[in-house]
Amino acid sequence: MDKVTRRSFVTTIGAATVVPATALLSHSVPASAAAAKPPVVEESAKTTYLFFNAEEVLFIEAACERLIPADESGPGALGAGVSNYLDKQLGGAWGAGERLYRSGPWQSGTPSQGYQLPFTPAELFHLSLRAINRDLAAQGTPFNGMPAEAQDAYLQSLESGAHDLDGVPSAVFFDMLLQMSVEGFFSDPVYGGNRNMVAWRMIGFPGAYADYFEAIDRHGVKFEREPMSLAQDGQGHIHTRQDIPANL
Amino acid sequence: MVQRLKEVDVVVIGVGMVGSMVAKELAAAGYKVVGLERGQTRFTVPEFQSPAIHDELRFDVRKALMQDNTREAMTFRNQSSQTALPIRRWESFLPGTGLGGSMVHWNGQTYRFQANDFQLATRTRERYGKNFLDPDVTIQDWGVTYEELEPYYDRFEHLLGTSGKAGNIKGRIQAGGDPHESPRSREYPTPPQKEHFQGAMFRKAASSLGYHPFPQPSSNLSQPYTNPEGMKLNACVFCGFCERYACEHYAKSTPQTIILPVLLANPNFELRTGCQVQRINLDSTKKHATGVTYIDAVGREFEQPASLVITASFALNNVRMLLLSGVGAPYDPATGQGVVGRNYAYQTMSSVASFFDEDVIINPFMASGASGTLINDFAGDNFDHAGLGFIGGAFIGAVNTNGRPIQYHPVPPGTPKWGKGWKQAVVKHYNHSVMFSLHGSSLAQKQNYLDLDPTYRDAWGQPLLRMTFDFPQNDLKMAAHVTAKAVEIGKAMGAKQVEGSPRKGPYTVTQYQTTHNTGGTVMGDNPKTSVVNRYLQSWDVPNVFVVGASNYPQNASWNPTCTLGALTYWAIDALKNKYLKNPGHLVSA
Repeated sequence: MDKVTRRSFVTTIGAATVVPATALLSHSVPASAAAAKPPVVEESAKTTYLFFNAEEVLFIEAACERLIPADESGPGALGAGVSNYLDKQLGGAWGAGERLYRSGPWQSGTPSQGYQLPFTPAELFHLSLRAINRDLAAQGTPFNGMPAEAQDAYLQSLESGAHDLDGVPSAVFFDMLLQMSVEGFFSDPVYGGNRNMVAWRMIGFPGAYADYFEAIDRHGVKFEREPMSLAQDGQGHIHTRQDIPANL
Repeated sequence: MVQRLKEVDVVVIGVGMVGSMVAKELAAAGYKVVGLERGQTRFTVPEFQSPAIHDELRFDVRKALMQDNTREAMTFRNQSSQTALPIRRWESFLPGTGLGGSMVHWNGQTYRFQANDFQLATRTRERYGKNFLDPDVTIQDWGVTYEELEPYYDRFEHLLGTSGKAGNIKGRIQAGGDPHESPRSREYPTPPQKEHFQGAMFRKAASSLGYHPFPQPSSNLSQPYTNPEGMKLNACVFCGFCERYACEHYAKSTPQTIILPVLLANPNFELRTGCQVQRINLDSTKKHATGVTYIDAVGREFEQPASLVITASFALNNVRMLLLSGVGAPYDPATGQGVVGRNYAYQTMSSVASFFDEDVIINPFMASGASGTLINDFAGDNFDHAGLGFIGGAFIGAVNTNGRPIQYHPVPPGTPKWGKGWKQAVVKHYNHSVMFSLHGSSLAQKQNYLDLDPTYRDAWGQPLLRMTFDFPQNDLKMAAHVTAKAVEIGKAMGAKQVEGSPRKGPYTVTQYQTTHNTGGTVMGDNPKTSVVNRYLQSWDVPNVFVVGASNYPQNASWNPTCTLGALTYWAIDALKNKYLKNPGHLVSA
């Protein structure tokens, strides 16, 4: 992949056009041509935040971008829409405690017993962000106003568990923020992150595309084609069998 | 108000792999069978189709196919001196739910255990002496031998159409197969799957060190196959969405593809989904089951009388069902008395990561759940343990199943956990790394057990199952030994950097290891140390049969499903040809 400086990368965003899905699906893009082009990045859609309030957004956007920064390999969390992913996940079922056993009594356990707080992810984020913004306001500089090195140092202090965020150990908040940021970066674009499959392009993951029968024993050959998202596979090849009725 | 239903011959709790097999055979033999499944109905079409089935976030991370732990969780602690707390999110192991059970989301790895495994206590004593093991270890023989199970292994593999290469047919070693395997009566139903690059690299390196690599036996099929039930399967296309997913292609052997349509076509069988069995009902003698009580999806309570009750749910749920029902005496680790919940074991998983230069293109996303290459040279008792201070072992294999990037983005140790350094390492190593899995045995010991939690309850008000478990020292020593051998193979592949991660304690429920939970309703020939006899019949309540990996007295070096399939056919044979002709104890205590 080309070396793209941050400046030229930003320029690319500004100049980018939306590539029709049919072009992405094309089998005929020569490998060399594909490799020579800078990453195609859609213009970042402005996120309409439904979960985070305005003050929380300032922290979240800045913090995500430090966790997964833009660099020569491509966009970071912000360019990939990770904060949009977080917003939609936390505002939806996951934020409300999907797949979380929530009966008490609650008590802290050993590290091997895992998460034992009574908070849903939504509650945990709101509590933590309120405490973080309050503490930083008292110190005089909000997170998004700090230089990058100071931001990293503050995130490291959260990660090491140095803060009690109104009942949330800061390491628990940090781990959840990091885990969800990685999810948003690498999950299918249908969830609002990994915009235009930028993270998949960066590592060469072909996405939902799913037939390697002819390729698997061509050992050591790079699989050169545009990745495919769930949305692009939406033509829906249904695997029916005449001898097995669909609904028994 | 409890509604009492018309009596049937057989009620089966759980319609997964075991439940489908048992119900199919007994319904075909003319018995009226009701299958109670707590989850929902689902089939290859329309439920398992693309594009939705290829969604890593939903299925891998959010675990869409797994037991609904908001309603039904379990608790865990490492030692009985601690307070067990709920496993509030599934991570370490992933019990499934729904029609077809956990087999819907399995990887299709279809190994037999070895003759030694079924007589582990006897053979360990014979080979290494009486005092070789820690006195806390409670391993025991199964009460059934490999030779007895072989025809049932064979039948199960042919139900699945398993793709593999035999290593030992009737005592004759076969080139290309596993020379350590116990004798099989014939070749696999279909040839091995194509070998991916990682497998080929591993094969060459392992051969160069004098080991015996062979293709992973896979129930993601290498070619179209029609099984003895008349079910037709397709060839697998290596989509890389296998474990934790259902197969859209009819290429993975699951109840939906191998047996359910045959079962559902039989009017002697009735499937009821959304039914949560609360308990097996016993009469006043407590030695005879009268049926089961369940609550349906809209909350109505029913009693289903039956002459025979078969618990066929996931291993952990089988144990809980017996404890909730008072079938068999609960195990007490303080006295060593009681049997239900005793000898809970797991799997001791280690790994080795090999990092290559960027000109070595791995394409980890091209894989089936079982298309790797492995060796059994350090599994089971295939090497001399004298002087090593442990028994058991692990297979070592390049058996990576996918490149799904939320969960798979290997980086070398010392890489920052986030920031620019992390991102650069992910980009650099994603397509240039090979992972080995070291799939290790797990011994039973007296401190590890399952019982009912005194505090936490499920959505129906019943106590959750409580797990008390940590890795036996024996198994941690084994993990360290085998990992060192696997690191040598990584180096022989020419990797730039090889990092071994032997399993270490304490056991944690926060990290995925495997869903190979075993024991708790152990089989055997002594009612003081087993819950069921060699035919999987309860010693205490002879019209209750318990079938699951909960029957394993300890766990071996391989994935448990194929052995469970063999045990299921073995038990079906005993039910049809012995028990149902003359109900009563099949073995006198």
